[in-house]
Amino acid sequence: MDTPQPVFKIRDLNLYYGAVRALNQVTLDISPNYITALIGPSGCGKSTFLRCLNRMNDTIPGTHIEGQILLNGMDIYAADVDLANLRQRVGMVFQKPNPFPQSVFDNVAFGPRVVGLTKEKKELEEIVERSLRQAALWDEVKDYLREDALSLSLGEQQRLCIARLLAVKPEVILMDEPASALDPIATLRIEELMVELKKNYTIVVVTHNMQQAARVSDFTGFFWLGELVEFSPTTTMFTRPEKQLSEDYITGKLG
Amino acid sequence: MLHGIRSTFDHEFNAVRTKLVEMSQLVDTAIDQSMRALLERDCKLARAVISGDNEINKFRFQIEEDCLALIATQQPAATDLREIIAILYMIVEMERIGDYAAGIAKTVILMKEEPLLKTFKKIFKMAEISRKMLTDSIQAYLKRDPEWAQEIAARDNKIDALYKVVFQRLIKIMAKEQDMITRCTYLMWCAHNLERIADRVINISEQITFMTTGTMKEFE
Repeated sequence: MDTPQPVFKIRDLNLYYGAVRALNQVTLDISPNYITALIGPSGCGKSTFLRCLNRMNDTIPGTHIEGQILLNGMDIYAADVDLANLRQRVGMVFQKPNPFPQSVFDNVAFGPRVVGLTKEKKELEEIVERSLRQAALWDEVKDYLREDALSLSLGEQQRLCIARLLAVKPEVILMDEPASALDPIATLRIEELMVELKKNYTIVVVTHNMQQAARVSDFTGFFWLGELVEFSPTTTMFTRPEKQLSEDYITGKLG
Repeated sequence: MLHGIRSTFDHEFNAVRTKLVEMSQLVDTAIDQSMRALLERDCKLARAVISGDNEINKFRFQIEEDCLALIATQQPAATDLREIIAILYMIVEMERIGDYAAGIAKTVILMKEEPLLKTFKKIFKMAEISRKMLTDSIQAYLKRDPEWAQEIAARDNKIDALYKVVFQRLIKIMAKEQDMITRCTYLMWCAHNLERIADRVINISEQITFMTTGTMKEFE
């Protein structure tokens, strides 16, 4: 696999929750237009790591970070970084779909309105339609745009959240267990959507579900006790992992 | 409803199927060329078959690798899983068939320019039937047709009958003329290789049956 300029360059990242070190010297590159999956047992640091990529950990008191994260060359922990702008560039999808208690349309239009992408009604409608199409949801909701988003199924709600995020044109999409609340079919739909989205976006996904990581991702990182034990092409990770610890984890002898 | 939800898997699986077909074409060409080398006493062509066997082996390892990745990352189940297992067996059979073709080519080189014996015609017939068995078996695989696979396997009887005739005739010649022993033995090797090729196709047919019906059935 060729390795183009990374979107994220992470160097010697340490994160402490108070005195507890949750991440230990994590160094890796995230390649553009690939899906990178992060796996590992609960508490291994994978979600903490993901949340570093758009500074979601800043909201947790007592968090302290060392090391460097560059987003296309920009130090995202520099003092002058605009957090709203960072989170527009690096969007996030959570485990539980969290649409606003508003209409389908307003959910997707929310970001563009807040960011001020457009004031034109027609243009806003175009953005909403395009985002819903990209999230493979348009056909299902086009006649229900004014309906309450909470009336959608969970799988649809999750795709709506993805559409909401796409509307502000992010560079990277972070996904924290995006399918763990969904049934198998809705899960496969999300996975298919991820593969479709990587043509235009870079995706980093945290998942408990090793099989899901295997199915959708191009690269897999295995975290253990806050350390990135191995980072390999997914096929390598699941057929001949380089580290014994990775082997033990993915074969179920550990964790 | 479920159809097409797993496009990554479908895409990667189709790529494996395409490689398997390409491999079968290389193997078929190897048999064809080894027989032409035998017919025309063409050592250059024989050497090309021998070196070309590497390419066939590479295909086998590549497809094996792809199947491993599919199993490890895509969690195939039911028919998909059986097909992948069948492919893993089929490529080994085809790789061996390639070895038999290379074996014929090696014999051609040993025989150098010695004139052919009449018996050769029957050997050529064996090659014709076994090649058709191979190409048909790949079609039966693509069409997922277990009945066709069984019919293909049954053609081995013709090969066995021809082999028996060739064998007896060569023994007769050898018994009569001592200086023919080497030539006859070489031809016997070629005939034996063709007989083994047909046996390998039977194994492929068995895999097609397993893949399509879920039951392993021996055809011989």
